Amino acid sequence: MINPKGMTHMNNIYSFPQSLQFNIGSALDDAVKQFSKNNEGVLGAIRSVAIKSIQGINWALSSIPWFVLIIIVIYFGYRVSRKIYVGLLYGVMMFFIGASGLWSHMIDTVSVVIAAVAISLILGFPLGILVAMSKRAENIIRPILDLMQTMPSFVYLVPAVMLFSIGIMPALLATVIYSIVPMVRMTSHGIMHVDKEVKEAAIAFGSTKMQALVKVQIPQAMPTIMTGVNQTIMMAMSMVVTCALIGAEGLGLEILIATNRVEMGKAFLPGISIVIIAIIFDRLTQGLIKKKEVAEQ
Amino acid sequence: MNDNIIEVKNISKLYGINKKEASRMMKEGSNKDDVYKKTGVTVALWDVSFEVKKGEIFVIIGLSGSGKSTLVRCFNQLLKPTSGDIIFEGKNIETFNKSELLEYRRNKISMVFQNFGLMSHRNVMDNVAYGLEVKGTAKDERQKRALEMTRLVGLEGWEHKSIESLSGGMKQRVGLARALASNPEVLLMDEPFSALDPLVRRDMHFELLSIQRKLGKTVIFITHDINEAFKLGDKVAIMKDGKIVQIDTPENMSTNPVDDYVKKFIDSADKTKVLSVKNIMITPSCLVRENDSPKNAIREMQQNSVSTAYAVDSRMVYKGIVSIDDALRAGKENLKLFDVINKDVMTTSEDTLLSEILPMAAEAKYPIAVLNGGGVLKGIVTKTSVLSSLAEREEQPVQGKSDVT
Repeated sequence: MINPKGMTHMNNIYSFPQSLQFNIGSALDDAVKQFSKNNEGVLGAIRSVAIKSIQGINWALSSIPWFVLIIIVIYFGYRVSRKIYVGLLYGVMMFFIGASGLWSHMIDTVSVVIAAVAISLILGFPLGILVAMSKRAENIIRPILDLMQTMPSFVYLVPAVMLFSIGIMPALLATVIYSIVPMVRMTSHGIMHVDKEVKEAAIAFGSTKMQALVKVQIPQAMPTIMTGVNQTIMMAMSMVVTCALIGAEGLGLEILIATNRVEMGKAFLPGISIVIIAIIFDRLTQGLIKKKEVAEQ
Repeated sequence: MNDNIIEVKNISKLYGINKKEASRMMKEGSNKDDVYKKTGVTVALWDVSFEVKKGEIFVIIGLSGSGKSTLVRCFNQLLKPTSGDIIFEGKNIETFNKSELLEYRRNKISMVFQNFGLMSHRNVMDNVAYGLEVKGTAKDERQKRALEMTRLVGLEGWEHKSIESLSGGMKQRVGLARALASNPEVLLMDEPFSALDPLVRRDMHFELLSIQRKLGKTVIFITHDINEAFKLGDKVAIMKDGKIVQIDTPENMSTNPVDDYVKKFIDSADKTKVLSVKNIMITPSCLVRENDSPKNAIREMQQNSVSTAYAVDSRMVYKGIVSIDDALRAGKENLKLFDVINKDVMTTSEDTLLSEILPMAAEAKYPIAVLNGGGVLKGIVTKTSVLSSLAEREEQPVQGKSDVT
C-alpha cells in the first residue's frame, strides 16, 4: 500500500475510486445473449449454411488424392517462380506435412482459411470501394477498421462463441472479422491513390462515375488490391490457429493439445506445418501479383 | 453570329472557407498574399475574361501558381469556378445538368495532360479509343477510328503495344490521339510537352501545328515556356497571381509589352541569356599529352584530320594548344612538344552564359577550351556552334524551364 496506515480516505486518491467504477461489461454480455436468443433462427440458418460450405470445401480438398495436390502445388510453384526447384521445394514441404501425420488436419485448417478469405473478399472489396468513393463512409468505417485491427484477436472469440457456440462457425466469424481489414484498406487505398491525371482523364473524356470506377480506377488499383488479398490470406492463416481455443479443428488444435500436455515435439510439427502452408500461400499469391505487374509492362 | 467558340466571363476560383470576405478584399484591390494571410482563402483565379476564336491556338502562359492549370480545368468542368460563366457556342456550361455535361465532355471538348494521364492497364489502341468507348460507339467503328488516329500521330504499328513500352514523346502522341479520337471542337492542352526533352518537344510542336492545320481544331494551350508560347500561339495570354496581365498576338506582345513583368517574360525568350557553355560544348576530337613526342602528336592530328590539338597533362589538366605547324617545327629542330605548346589562347568555364562569350567567340582563332574549376579540360566550344545556337533561337526550345530569371 502506498498510502500510510490510518489514512483510508486517501484510498480514493491513490487508487481509482470504487464509486466511480461502472460495469459496462455485464451489460454487453446481456445484450449479446439477448441478441443471440432473439435471432436464434437466423443465426442457426447462417450457421448451417457456413458449416455446409466449409464441409463442401473440405470434401473437395479431401477428394483430391494427396499426391495430386502435391503435384498441383509443384506446378504452380514452378509457374510463378519459373524455377523448377522452387516448385519441388514446395512439394517436399507439403510431403513433410503428410509424413508428419497432419494431412487431414491441414485440410481442416485450409478449408476454414479458404472460406474465411472468400467471405472477406466478397464483403471487403465493395466496402473498400465505398470507403474510397464516399467521404462519409470513410469517416464511419475507418475508425471501425482501426479498432478491429488493434483489438487483440482473442477478444473476437468471445462474441463469436456467444452467437454460434463453439466449433468451426465461430472460428469462421472471428477469422473473417480479423482478416477482412487489409482487404478493405488496400482496396480503398488503391482506388484513392490512382494517379490524379489518369482519374481526371477518365472524367474529362465523359465517363460516368461508374465507368470511371470500373474501366479505370479498379484496374489501375489492381496491384494494390492484390496485395490486400495476399495480406487477407496471411491474417486468416494466423487467426485460424488462434481459433483452436474455441474448438476449431485443424493444426491449431493439435498445437493447443500438445501445449497443454507440454509435449514439445507434438507442438512443433503442426507449428512447422502452419509455417509451410503460410509460405506456400504467400509465395503463390505474391507470384500472381508480380506476374500481373510484369504482364502490364 | 460571332466567331468566338468560347467566351470566358469574369471567372474566379477561390479555395477556403471565408470566400465572401476574400472576394471583398480582392475587389478593393488587395493582392492574393494579403488575402491569404487575412482570410486563409487561396485565390487561384480572379476575374478572368477573354474570348477564344474558332480554329485558333490560344496559349495561356504563366509561372507555376499563376492559376493557368486551374483555368484550363474550368473549361471542361474538372473544376467548377466559384463565380463567373464560360460560354461555349452560345451556351453557358456552368448551367449544364449531368447529362448535358457528359454530352459536352464526350463530343465537344477533350484534354491532353502534362504527365500524359494514360491508363497503363490498356494498350495504345484502347487508350486512344477510351473516349469513344465510354460514349458507347460500336466496337468496329471505334477501332477503325482509333487506328486512324494512331496513324495520324505517327504511331502506326504500335497499336497493340503497352503504354510502359513507349518513350515520353510517344506517350504524348497517344495522349494527343486519344484527345482527337472523339473529334472534339476544342482541345485543352495542359503543359503537354513540358515533360519531354527539348528535341522531342520540337518534333511535337511540329506535329501539333501540322495536325491543327489539317483539322482546324481550336486549341487552348497551357505552358510556362515563352518560346513555346510564341511559336505556337495565334494569341497569347500572360497570367500572374490568378489574373490575366496581357492578351495579344506574339508580335504585338513583344513590341508592346504592357508592363515590366511581361517584358521580363519576353526577355527570357532570348536564348543567350539562358543557355550556358555546357549546353553547346563538344568533346575535342584530338588530345595530346604534353610530354608526347612531336611525331606522335603529328600522327594523332593526321589521323583525326585536324590542324590543332589540345595538350593536357596526365590528369587531364589543360596546358595549351599545339598546331600542326609547331609540331612539325619541333620535330625538325629536335624540340620537345612541351616547348611548342601555345599557352596564350582563350579559355572559358562551363557555366559561362553564351551572351558573355559571344565577343570572345567572334575573335577566337581556335575553338575555345572549356575548363572546370581545377583547370581540367571538359570540352571545347567552336565559333560555329555559338553562332548557330543564336540562329536557332526561334527553333529550339531552351533546355529545362525558361522561367523568368
